[in-house]
Amino acid sequence: MMKLSLGPILWFWSKQAVFDFYARAAEWPVDTIYLGEVVCSRRRELKPDDWLGLARDLKACGKHVVLSTLTLIESEADLRRLRRFCEQDEFLVEANDQSAVQVAVRNNLPFITGPSMNIYNTATLRILARQGLRGWNLPVELGRETLAQLIRELRQEGLDLPAEVFSWGFLPLAWSSRCFTARHYNLPKDNCEFRCLEHPDGMALRSRESQELFRINGISTLSGNRYDLMRQLPEMAQMGVDTVRLSPEYQGMDEVVRRFDRVRRGEMPETDPLQLAEAPPCNGYWYGRPGMDQVSG
Amino acid sequence: MELVCPAGSLPALKAAVDNGADAVYLGFRDSTNARQFAGLNFNDKRAAEGIAYARAKGTRVFCAINTYPQPQGWHQWTVAVDRAASLGVDAVILADMGLLDYAANRYPHLPRHLSVQGSATSYEALQFYKDTFDIRRAVLPRVLSLDQVRGVAKHSPVELEVFAFGSLCIMAEGRCYLSSYITDESPNSRGACSPAKAVRWEETADGGLESRLNDVLIDRYARGEAAGYPTLCKGRFDVEGDVYHAIEEPVSLNTLDLLPELKTLGISAVKIEGRQRSPAYIAEVARTWRQALDRLDSGPDFDVAPVWQETLAGLSEGGLTTLGAYHRKWK
Repeated sequence: MMKLSLGPILWFWSKQAVFDFYARAAEWPVDTIYLGEVVCSRRRELKPDDWLGLARDLKACGKHVVLSTLTLIESEADLRRLRRFCEQDEFLVEANDQSAVQVAVRNNLPFITGPSMNIYNTATLRILARQGLRGWNLPVELGRETLAQLIRELRQEGLDLPAEVFSWGFLPLAWSSRCFTARHYNLPKDNCEFRCLEHPDGMALRSRESQELFRINGISTLSGNRYDLMRQLPEMAQMGVDTVRLSPEYQGMDEVVRRFDRVRRGEMPETDPLQLAEAPPCNGYWYGRPGMDQVSG
Repeated sequence: MELVCPAGSLPALKAAVDNGADAVYLGFRDSTNARQFAGLNFNDKRAAEGIAYARAKGTRVFCAINTYPQPQGWHQWTVAVDRAASLGVDAVILADMGLLDYAANRYPHLPRHLSVQGSATSYEALQFYKDTFDIRRAVLPRVLSLDQVRGVAKHSPVELEVFAFGSLCIMAEGRCYLSSYITDESPNSRGACSPAKAVRWEETADGGLESRLNDVLIDRYARGEAAGYPTLCKGRFDVEGDVYHAIEEPVSLNTLDLLPELKTLGISAVKIEGRQRSPAYIAEVARTWRQALDRLDSGPDFDVAPVWQETLAGLSEGGLTTLGAYHRKWK
């Protein structure tokens, strides 16, 4: 049976909200939980020690815990935080850029790569495998055809590198040094008043015809539609996907996890995917089409 | 500091060489490079002509093979590296780890530059690429502030090249999937951002213009208002009822003012963006930057000539330039 994972929280929530969320998640049928701030270096509601404490608690609850690193590393302070996660040996790390890979390799720490690491071919996986890669996420823009071929080639080479697929949530599509939330409020990034806290699911960016295009979330830009591969789970299982990633949202996540858990056990619901916050579903990337498209399975 | 200029065609290459480029970079006529535009780039014959022309005038030639091959395309990308090697280019500019490994094993003596598409923003990331693929140089993404560039440069194990002038990507390059989300082609997968095949212009009822990308409205212009190419991050969008350039204005990057600083930091090369630009554009930009770099090298008192700024502003998107992320306040 495929595993379920909870990806790192991509939004900025208060410390209490984060603790509450994981207290509930400890009870959910997810196998793996990714912890850590992956978007903005200014988001410090939780200090590295808070994350490590949370990691130990969740591990004690039987969860497999992975520490996720910041995606866009820009400063010495970012590197210091990165080292805190990569210079321990209790947990695996999810490396979200080559800085994290480098520090992990130097410390002989095995790692998993997140969806923002550009893994497009088997040669890349082969190199990272030599460096301690234990699993990898498919980049969000890649689809089933490429994934199937990568898994096939890995098998042919006898490389055991479990594949994980971002399967539910708003897709992380871009990172900038500019903060778009601060820009919206006409605030400088260095004095952003932490406005992201007011937007636990980001801010919708629409075309002037009211089409949902993107979600602004600090320095990151996410998809405006919610990626949903629930109906593609049987196909993934057949292909040999190891883990199905669900991306945390502020509300309704317990129901999302329950639905995916049922589907991975072979019970496909009659009704269509969940409608949580107001966002249309999409699955285009899976089919090699524009990511925003919804192809009826 | 070396001046590295784009060459999208043989005439553009000649324009860059004739106007003082120390090096030019080019790509093949397919999706193996990040500027796949109809009618642009080089087949082997033209590339050989271009290399001969550049060599004769002492200009070096780099070949960009800086998109990310998927299993279906792997062979085409390795063949591109083979072609570049047999043409005798002075360096290959690569982003994909698999391809870097291929080049390092197959052509150990052919210098490897890490493309901006490789998305290395720290000296730790640079160390990774140095240790794993023995890269000689890296092009830094346009997301770092000058202070951050300073931090990277201080500990960098490789030569650094930074963007000096041209279109401004405000997302960390190599990790931006906005274009494939809207159109199915991205810089990583197909070497295209907001591809022309997906663009549609329409006149509105009141005589204005609308630009669309795969039917998505990117911008709407009043009658007589200057309209720009619908690069999707440079449109006007609605965020909570405010309509504005929510991601970025259509402006160009221009770092003339920063040249003395960049030199102090030990930056090896400045890069001009724009393989999609005309030979006339390349000639003017190359000439202007050549003059600036020569003045920089001639003595301690560097000042930017107003005529340089006017020339560059005239060649910029919307006539506007910015220091972009180099200037912290921009963020």
